[in-house]
Amino acid sequence: MNLSVDFAGVRMKNPVTTASGTFGSGAEYKDFVDLNRLGAVTTKGVASVPWEGNPTPRICETYGGMLNAIGLQNPGIDLFVERDIPFLKQYDTNIIVNVCGRTQEEYIEVVERLAEQNVDMLEINISCPNVEAGGIAFGQKPKLVEEITGNIKKHAKQPVIMKLSPNVTDIAEMAKAAEAGGADAISLINTLTGMKIDINRRTFALANKTGGMSGPAVKPVAVRMVYQAAHAVNIPVLGMGGIMTAEDALEFIMAGASMVAVGTANFNNPNATMDVIEGIADFMKGNGVEDINELVGCVS
Amino acid sequence: MADLKKCSAHITSQVCLETDIYSMWLKFNEDENIALNAVPGQFISLYSKAGNRLLPRPISICEINASECMLRIVYRVVGSGTNEFSKLLPGDTINIMGPLGNGFTLNKGKAVLVGGGIGIPPMLELAKRLSEDCGVSVVLGYRDNRLFLKEEFEPYADVYVSTEDGSVGTKGNVIDAIKENKLDADTIYACGPIPMLRGVKDYAKENEIKAQISLEEKMACGIGACLGCVCKSKDKDLHSNVNNKRVCKDGPVFDAEDVRLGD
Ligand SMILES: Cc1cc2nc3c(=O)[nH]c(=O)nc-3n(C[C@H](O)[C@H](O)[C@H](O)COP(=O)(O)OP(=O)(O)OC[C@H]3O[C@@H](n4cnc5c(N)ncnc54)[C@H](O)[C@@H]3O)c2cc1C
Ligand SMILES: Cc1cc2nc3c(=O)[nH]c(=O)nc-3n(C[C@H](O)[C@H](O)[C@H](O)COP(=O)(O)O)c2cc1C
Ligand code: FES
Repeated sequence: MNLSVDFAGVRMKNPVTTASGTFGSGAEYKDFVDLNRLGAVTTKGVASVPWEGNPTPRICETYGGMLNAIGLQNPGIDLFVERDIPFLKQYDTNIIVNVCGRTQEEYIEVVERLAEQNVDMLEINISCPNVEAGGIAFGQKPKLVEEITGNIKKHAKQPVIMKLSPNVTDIAEMAKAAEAGGADAISLINTLTGMKIDINRRTFALANKTGGMSGPAVKPVAVRMVYQAAHAVNIPVLGMGGIMTAEDALEFIMAGASMVAVGTANFNNPNATMDVIEGIADFMKGNGVEDINELVGCVS
Repeated sequence: MADLKKCSAHITSQVCLETDIYSMWLKFNEDENIALNAVPGQFISLYSKAGNRLLPRPISICEINASECMLRIVYRVVGSGTNEFSKLLPGDTINIMGPLGNGFTLNKGKAVLVGGGIGIPPMLELAKRLSEDCGVSVVLGYRDNRLFLKEEFEPYADVYVSTEDGSVGTKGNVIDAIKENKLDADTIYACGPIPMLRGVKDYAKENEIKAQISLEEKMACGIGACLGCVCKSKDKDLHSNVNNKRVCKDGPVFDAEDVRLGD
């Protein structure tokens, strides 16, 4: 039975990675899961310099999901290169580095620093709803998506995954723009912009007022968008948004994703990634599927 | 590798101490005896059985009985998660993870323990441990005369009470009680609401006393990965590379002088 996939030229031992920002750089989860068993680890967004992120509260629970407004707190690329990459290099898994920035120059600075590093892929976050500059501002206009993708591709040594925002009218258009800019793959969905009000304190639940919604409540939206994006482009798709179980992951795969990421589920079950990998294998065994690639996009 | 995990605990007792305040003993399998490494000030994450409530609820460890593989928590029902926990009965199970975070560092010398409201429970195990080789005074701050847990401190410490309405002990807050009773300390250990902790921090600074305080923040992962639960630190933190520390991983107990409480 084959669980491995070729994702934009990178061989993954299975189609399961972690969703950026929910898994740090893996160090905090190493006591819970065997990192060697992951197809890849996708790290928390990293910028050219350290970012403090937003004030607290940054987290609130919602029905079947959550809102977060971390604001891309990160230690900056220097410490990341010095500490996080060597840590992950101890494991037999692929490294996908998620990159954020306030300006195109800032993204490119990080991409250039990573060019000389032994990492497997870059995931470019042009879809974070929680920062004022950069982030989502780049991800909502097809022209800008194409432009920034093109500029990043000029400097990147590794294959580039453009991470798309669900906060758009037409996801297919964004996917096509990334492809036109030269993206090697796309990932989606990032979080949906949401809000929660604390009626007892008559205030916003999050200090940032709005936050990004994730978790199982967003899954049907995510599956639909992955389906639409996968049908719009010829580059591979990394699907995510509310995956809790192998069954959820298989929905994304059948909708057209050749890889999937597990995010918010890690908070509910630190072993979620392992459970998803095992569950996919069980499903294949039970249904006589020899090769996971047979399932990718099988529903159309 | 893979040696920490979410585990299932058996509830051996569940008692309502006061309106909305519950005390629960949890028992673990011997091969998952998380009580063995637990120290006062650490917390556990409790998971809801309801699929719509994904995030774990952090609750401090109130008492540790390592030889019996047991931990005690005392919690206030404030929302849907704690309400669910309060309905569990002896024999039921609950998924938990822990012990998490850094607990109190036990210093030599005179100890004053300060607990405010639902910050009182973690002070009980601490009082027990400290009383083995130092003099311990405990100052408990309540709203009114519903003095949950107070009697349980009495075997280990001199117990002083403050109440907001003045019905028992010193009228006012815990700092008023410390002053009124002229308590002196080498270390103050505190858990409670932020205004109380700010008072403790200021008092400790004025009197050149060391202070350790336990903080609260909304959490998602509970293990240091998501950066949801940060507090502001005085100096740049080595892990985050900015002036933020993670309450769940670097805390919840901090040296008071290392963190900024909106000051
Ligand atoms: C380190 C630490 C130790 C704690 N120890 C205790 C204890 O010993 N006893 C006790 O009664 N309470 C304690 N708390 C507070 C406790 O975590 C909350 O009261 C509880 O999570 C509320 O859950 P709920 O579903 O009933 O409330 P809801 O308001 O419905 O919860 C919604 C969400 O907000 C979170 N939340 C709500 N209030 C708090 C809070 N004050 N702090 C952190 N998260 C919160 C919940 O975890 C949940 O994710 C502690 C908190 C922290 C951070
Ligand atoms: C706490 C938290 C932090 C996140 N941080 C990032 C980030 O730094 N970069 C990014 O591209 N996406 C980030 N995301 C979005 C996730 O990677 C993912 O796209 C989204 O949560 C949907 O998947 P899920 O429902 O499985 O969590 C974050 C999500 C959460 C919940
Ligand atoms: S709750 Fe995730 S870092 Fe503290």
